[in-house]
Amino acid sequence: MYPSRFGYEAPKSIEEAIGYLTAGAGEAKILAGGQSLVPMLKLRFAAPEMLIDLNSIPGLDYINIAADGSIRIGALVRHEGIERSEELQAAQPTLAAAASLVADPIVRTRGTFVGSVCHADPQGDWAAAMTALGGHIVAQGPKGTREIAMKDFVLGPFQNSLAFNEIAIEAVIPAPQGTAVGSYLKLERRVGDFATASVAVALNIQGGNVVRAGIALAGVGGRTIDATEAASVLVGKPLSAETIQAAAEAVAAAAEPRTDHRGSSDYKRQIVKTFVSRILTGIANSEQKVA
Amino acid sequence: MSSLYDEVTPTPPSDVPTRRVTIDVNGEPRTVDVEPRLLLAHLLRQGLKMTGTHTGCDTTNCGACTVLFDGRPIKSCTMLAVQADGHSVETVEGLASASELHPIQEGFKQEHGLHCGFCTPGMMLAAKALLEENPNPTEDEIRWALSGNLCRCTGYQNIVKSVLWAAEKMRAESN
Amino acid sequence: MALDEIKIGGMGASRRRVEDNRFIRGKGNYVDDIVLPGMLHMEILRSPMAHARIKSIDVSAAWEVPGVRLVLTGEMMAARNLAWMPTLSYDTQAVLATDKVRFQGQEVAAVIADDPYIAKDACQKIVVEYEALPVIVNPFQSMEASAALIRDDKENQPTNKIFDWEIGDKDGTDKAFAAADHVSKLELHYPRSHPSPMETCGSIADFNRATGKLTVYMTSQAPHIVRAAVAMVAELPEHMIRIVSPDLGGGFGNKVPIYPGYVVSILASILTERPVKWIEDKTGNLISTGFGRDVYLKGELALRKDGKILGVRMNTISDHGAFYADAQPSKFKIGLMHSTFAAYDIPVAHLTSSGYYTNKAPGGVAYRCSFRVTEAMFFQERMVQAAADDLGIDQAEIRRMNFVKDDDFPHRTAFGFLTDSGQYEKCLNIGLEAIGYSTFKQEQEEARKRGRLLGIGISTMTEPLGAGNSKEYDILGIKMFDSAELRVHMSGKAILRTGAMNQGQGHQTTWAQIVAHELGIPADDVTVEEGDTDTAPFGMGTYASRSTPVAGAAVAMVSRKIRAKARKIAAHLLEVSEEDIEWELGRFYVRSNHERGVTIQDCAMAAYSNLPDGLEPGLENNAYYDPPNLTWPFACYIAKIEIDPETGVWDVLQFVAVDDCGVRINPMVVEGQIMGGLTEAYAMASMQYQTYDEEGNCIGSNYMDYLLPTAWETPGFELYEVVTPCPHHPIGAKGIGECATVGGPAAFVNAVMDALKHTGVRNIDMPMMPNRVYEAIQTGKDIGGMPPVRSGD
Repeated sequence: MYPSRFGYEAPKSIEEAIGYLTAGAGEAKILAGGQSLVPMLKLRFAAPEMLIDLNSIPGLDYINIAADGSIRIGALVRHEGIERSEELQAAQPTLAAAASLVADPIVRTRGTFVGSVCHADPQGDWAAAMTALGGHIVAQGPKGTREIAMKDFVLGPFQNSLAFNEIAIEAVIPAPQGTAVGSYLKLERRVGDFATASVAVALNIQGGNVVRAGIALAGVGGRTIDATEAASVLVGKPLSAETIQAAAEAVAAAAEPRTDHRGSSDYKRQIVKTFVSRILTGIANSEQKVA
Repeated sequence: MSSLYDEVTPTPPSDVPTRRVTIDVNGEPRTVDVEPRLLLAHLLRQGLKMTGTHTGCDTTNCGACTVLFDGRPIKSCTMLAVQADGHSVETVEGLASASELHPIQEGFKQEHGLHCGFCTPGMMLAAKALLEENPNPTEDEIRWALSGNLCRCTGYQNIVKSVLWAAEKMRAESN
Repeated sequence: MALDEIKIGGMGASRRRVEDNRFIRGKGNYVDDIVLPGMLHMEILRSPMAHARIKSIDVSAAWEVPGVRLVLTGEMMAARNLAWMPTLSYDTQAVLATDKVRFQGQEVAAVIADDPYIAKDACQKIVVEYEALPVIVNPFQSMEASAALIRDDKENQPTNKIFDWEIGDKDGTDKAFAAADHVSKLELHYPRSHPSPMETCGSIADFNRATGKLTVYMTSQAPHIVRAAVAMVAELPEHMIRIVSPDLGGGFGNKVPIYPGYVVSILASILTERPVKWIEDKTGNLISTGFGRDVYLKGELALRKDGKILGVRMNTISDHGAFYADAQPSKFKIGLMHSTFAAYDIPVAHLTSSGYYTNKAPGGVAYRCSFRVTEAMFFQERMVQAAADDLGIDQAEIRRMNFVKDDDFPHRTAFGFLTDSGQYEKCLNIGLEAIGYSTFKQEQEEARKRGRLLGIGISTMTEPLGAGNSKEYDILGIKMFDSAELRVHMSGKAILRTGAMNQGQGHQTTWAQIVAHELGIPADDVTVEEGDTDTAPFGMGTYASRSTPVAGAAVAMVSRKIRAKARKIAAHLLEVSEEDIEWELGRFYVRSNHERGVTIQDCAMAAYSNLPDGLEPGLENNAYYDPPNLTWPFACYIAKIEIDPETGVWDVLQFVAVDDCGVRINPMVVEGQIMGGLTEAYAMASMQYQTYDEEGNCIGSNYMDYLLPTAWETPGFELYEVVTPCPHHPIGAKGIGECATVGGPAAFVNAVMDALKHTGVRNIDMPMMPNRVYEAIQTGKDIGGMPPVRSGD
């Protein structure tokens, strides 16, 4: 319940924050929403010497949707900001669907999208969504900014590839080809539970065909599972019962679930398969309505 | 200005760095010297002697510590007191005016929305945040908005009724 | 004229609660809200090991942390004869470990410091060297011949078995089984579950060296029992001990036992000469304090082919963790497990039971369970369901056929309980009507054709509440009566104190309603206090739904004593003899002239100012009530559910609860208790449990793993009422607080079984998490035991 002692700074700019990180020589941690970090401090699973609070830095809480449909989400956008953005709902339904399933409504007012991706929890909803969407993180360090694709960003459970003095300042979701459709399903026994399994689906549909199929899984392996290869059976054709079934099976096979008190590995694969099928069927039915 | 615990125990050893923060608590600015690691919930309870905000778990699940931070509900056990510097915090003690209960408080009493009372402050503040944005919520919307607040006693059904009661009264008062 | 009872907040009024006035303002007075001058803070160091010898403890670094005032170890406790303390079940429990730790989370040391942050810092600096011992995590491991001996601290404890207990007629039961057309068998496990009130346990111990008085503010559902125990353990005289339970944030039985933290805080206060506050964190509460259940059943029903039950045979094996710390009437080693089947007319039955030590948190009796009645009724209703399925008989019909009939009371059960009232079939009928049972079979079949799995589950029961009569019930030798003391002031206002101790049940509101009923004093004019042993009359506290049956009866009886004296005063004021006086609510009048009368308030004033010769002044009295019998509320709970066959997720479509708790003092409060209990039933049926892995790590020691349902998952409940007054209770009331937790779980489980009947599955042990339901559907096999907790493929 009681964190160990640490120092604290509330910089007014990213550069100032990077300065503190550099001076901290690896013993300093960034505090944004705090909904993952503060619980760890309270249980003393983490005991940094210094916390650098980003919340006083202006201009970090934007959601920018460009004309081409690409999206930039600033470091201080809260989960609830994603949940409430009607533009995002239209532009990237995968994000909207996942937003209301992250933690619980009160945590969502404070926790941040970017912070959650950085936390690299293998059961994290946003890492799965970002992977399915083919997004990347923009990191800023003393020497400037760089882009890090999701597959290079998450190294392992709770490990990201940021240097000790880099800060993730935004998440970028690339422009879709055609229409962006998708959804997110999560099996949790109650609100706020860890996922037994969850599935993020992000498709681009153009001229009736699936031109890009991003699928990623959480809770069914030591890290977010990128099932894009398995999902490739969908690409180049319209969604059909056959392709949906094939995709569901292939994605389930790509999962790496472990048996634990939430279920056997077979069960978790079954959930993955069911969710992929349900999401794709839902998309197919609504596409038909639209067409 | 007061430092934490000085009324109960000696002040902490002076080599422990503290920060001076000013927080608007229920409309009143309060300035305190706090260690960075002090949780907002503990500042409220021990530092400012406002024990209406409760702590009920170690893992940010239960929501008993819910307060309104710049009008939005947060779990005060998962925010550092230093982070509230320059912001406003509303606790259960700020719900009633000098002469009147808030309709949410009345609703919880009328509809038996509490038994032991421990989850109640957090529950009411989460409900207040909901009603400020959605003055006419459905039962499902209420249950969803309160799904970050655990209750062991009531079974939630009367909590929902309490919020519906309050919503109706608040709509009538604003007409 | 007689007062309108509802208007004055008498019985039957849904009087809004007095306690709410402070709770809704955030002005409750929970233990952690209390601050005493000079108060220090205590934090406990807990063992990460489930079973290990303590080779060494080094606390020197802890003492060096600035702000630390005292560090206590088991050795220091032992030097003062406080390393061990008695439990409520005549066992002993370690206060701070000395030789070994026997469960993960066991208390090993304590730091007392200026603030809790410093205390935690210092705890982290304590270095303990453990030598691992083999770990036992269930009774079956416990009973093996080669099992490590957990309680090697005890004399005459050669194995890990705690007790064998038996009740009933073995020979008669064997004969019934031999003659049966069919024997229906069921094996199941009621998993360990934790009451987990929102407020954890805690205490502020304040020993005043100048006066020699020890005051302890603490989270106790039974402050007088604590005072007696502390007098024993701390060797302080009883009149120099004051236990105060202020507001409690829930209890559910978790706050009945006496925990090591309380005892350590008392010693710490004596040694530091300062008040010492200890507030448990949620992990401490979940990992070390009184849990409920963890019982295995082998049950058999001897049946006639038409479904009539000819005999019941049950064997239970219970897991009590490292110390036998059950809080239950001493005579009954497995609580009131033998109340099982009380609603059914069973000619003969036999129950055998054994209990075992394991390397887990101590206890077993807590959690809204009425002393193991949750287990008794769950086993009962699951066995009845299995029998119905085995014989192909409708689940409602088998109950109807076997119920004790309305005119068969008083009825002696096969295990010797005397039930005195019931309308079981009426309850069942109301429930069946409300759930739409008559059309359900067809609905279910048609749905199944379309791949939808629907099910209805019934749970009916009567349970004994209100322990209990002095002939049979005691805890550590103290009889289980309860008490009330009422003083009426000269203006007719009053103060009432009882020996109960509510944790949210609303006594401050409802006890006043009984006084209003008996005396016509408006409930708003009656202050109610509980929980301070310096002022409250001796009582055994509030748990096992005993307060309305026992303390409530005492409130009625003391009110009647007051009324009897007031009658004498009224006769004096009206200048007639007592025989000519009549009573109506709030008023005595002359029989021959209704207009001529005096109010109870007039009598109160006269008690201080105008008394008849020979009558003592004042208007106050007390009553200690020894209940002649338990009370027997009964219920019918019915759940209608749907299972998603592709995921195993099940949803509650409708839930109906028909409850009879006799006369209802405050209908609103009664309904609140039922809904709260049903939520816990739903929780246990769906997601809430504790288990231990092979190394003795507790799974379910925080709210990430120990799942409580939120408002989103929790279904809505439809409540119905039947009223069969209790024939022996002064106001006809029965207990109710725990009924829904007792009877509810079987309704959910039976509903899932009904939905899966076509697969051949007969049992899924709770919690029926989606993966377990799915596995049952896929394999057609029963799912028993705890979910696997080791990772791996």
